[in-house]
Amino acid sequence: MAEPAIRLERLVKRYGEGPAAVEALKGVDMAVYPGEVVGLIGPSGSGKTTLLKCLGAVIEPTAGRMVLGSETIFDDGWKVRDLRALRRDRIGFIFQAPYLIPFLDATDNVALLPMLAGRSDGEARARALEVLGALDVAHRAAARIAELSGGEQQRVSIARALANKPPIVLADEPTAPLDSERALTVVRILNRLATEYHAAIIVVTHDEKIIPTFRRIYRIRDGRTVEEPGEGRPLD
Amino acid sequence: MINLAVRDVAHGIGRYVATAVGLGLLIGVTLTMGGVYRGMSDDARAFLRATGADVWVVQQHTLGPFAEASTLHDDAWRSIRGLPGVAAVGNATFLTTQVRYGERWVRVMVLGFEPGRPGEPGYLVDGRPVTRSHYEAVADVQTGFRLGERVRIRRNEYTVVGLTRRMVSQAGDPMMFIPLRDAQEAQFLKDNEAIVNDRARLAANPRVNRPGVPGVLEAVGELQTSNRSVNAVLVRVAPGADPAEVAANIKRWKRLQAFTSTEMEEILVGTLIERSARQIGLFLAILALVSVAIVAFIIYTMTLGKLKEIAVLKLIGTRNRTIAAMILQEALGLGVIGFLIGRISATLWGPLFPRHVLLLVEDSARGFGVTMVACVLASLVGIRMALRVDPAEAIGG
Repeated sequence: MAEPAIRLERLVKRYGEGPAAVEALKGVDMAVYPGEVVGLIGPSGSGKTTLLKCLGAVIEPTAGRMVLGSETIFDDGWKVRDLRALRRDRIGFIFQAPYLIPFLDATDNVALLPMLAGRSDGEARARALEVLGALDVAHRAAARIAELSGGEQQRVSIARALANKPPIVLADEPTAPLDSERALTVVRILNRLATEYHAAIIVVTHDEKIIPTFRRIYRIRDGRTVEEPGEGRPLD
Repeated sequence: MINLAVRDVAHGIGRYVATAVGLGLLIGVTLTMGGVYRGMSDDARAFLRATGADVWVVQQHTLGPFAEASTLHDDAWRSIRGLPGVAAVGNATFLTTQVRYGERWVRVMVLGFEPGRPGEPGYLVDGRPVTRSHYEAVADVQTGFRLGERVRIRRNEYTVVGLTRRMVSQAGDPMMFIPLRDAQEAQFLKDNEAIVNDRARLAANPRVNRPGVPGVLEAVGELQTSNRSVNAVLVRVAPGADPAEVAANIKRWKRLQAFTSTEMEEILVGTLIERSARQIGLFLAILALVSVAIVAFIIYTMTLGKLKEIAVLKLIGTRNRTIAAMILQEALGLGVIGFLIGRISATLWGPLFPRHVLLLVEDSARGFGVTMVACVLASLVGIRMALRVDPAEAIGG
């Protein structure tokens, strides 16, 4: 098998100090490969969101290692200097709600990321249109966010996550507000994009409708992860 | 790169413009207050210019007729005329009074002058100068009087023969120019009943009305009813002469007080309207503070409404300075639009004010600078809040 797109080794996250300290992650191990969609599931309070924040380089783990490709990002207190650039260039985020920027149209919501990464406006917009096309929403490229349906907004937010072709995409409950059919459509899209863009996609979810679709699952409980094989139910 | 501020403003243009209009009206009020102060100063200067005097000679130990009572004998000018550097002198009286005009009263400052001497009205916009010795007047257009109309000052009626413009007293009252003798009568002459009473008292006084000494009673009575006083003597200096030197000579030799027109201006602007200026200054300071508070509040609420978007922007890698620039540009845009609306409003409603509102370009430039600084300061509240947003807030619902 190829080298993992992201690898966590004994990752620990502790909030606070002394006796009042809370250990949200107690030594998480995880490896997700390019082109793979894995599920991260667990009950509320199990540490899912904390793990997602560590994976997204939003918060710094207390101990352990996080390796992105061949580069160590966090290593027992050490971290790369520019987490902002790391998030911009190498991690895509899909949220529970689309959280699109309401004052930008669909194209600019997607093009913003390549622009932030230093691409020219023309190049960034061309890239945005390409990804919107891949998600079948290119015809809504000039629409304001308020004019898009919920499903279209979610597709634009997925397009935004993929705009810079990141090796890692983190999806936080992406199907929570959707009905079964739309939820499965989103998972279908994620699987297709994982293959097309060679991205490792980690889907944090509670959604029983989509859990059987994963081939591999990380179950998190009390700050520790357990790897399980998924049902890998066909989506077509 | 996309200009986030422009897009955000365009997205909520209605609310943004409505806010800018509100701010603009406040700035308009602030500029108008400044204009009122400038107008007061300008009125004072216009009044001094209107007299055409280089030196003001007033009663000794006084600051002149605008600060306190000043009375001079009306032949004091003769001895002043002979001093070196003096080109022309003229007596002048000043009386602020209500003038009857049809069914209404108009408050004016009446200046009694001697034709051809300092104190005479300068440029006329209509009509002719006063040519008769009595009962003709030149009035400022602000009085509302028209040529040929007759207006009543005290006991006499005057025909308006000429009109001037921008000739107002330091208090903003339009001016009327009438011959000195008429003005002296209007200012100093007692009413008929008082004259009759005084005559009766004199006639009853044995020291004045002695039997066998005719003429004393009449002479004393005449003195009581005629008046030879003026409020100031206005001096125009000869070309090349120094007004300060002429004023110093008058003070030294004539037991009179003399001020150059610059000193008189200081008295008028620096002391007489100083309290008004301080009051207006305080108003301006309060209005400026209110403007800052309003802009800060608006920017704060605008930022508050975007916290989730800001968290997402930060999470996807937007630099803090890009977000700060967005908020700053929005605040500055608000200031620019607000200022333009304010300046236009002040220009439009300025003429409706009863007193002259003078909007100077330099005051507008200063106001614009203050507005921009205020917007920068106000935006700091929003920027601080935005920079404290944790990108992690975008994760976890």
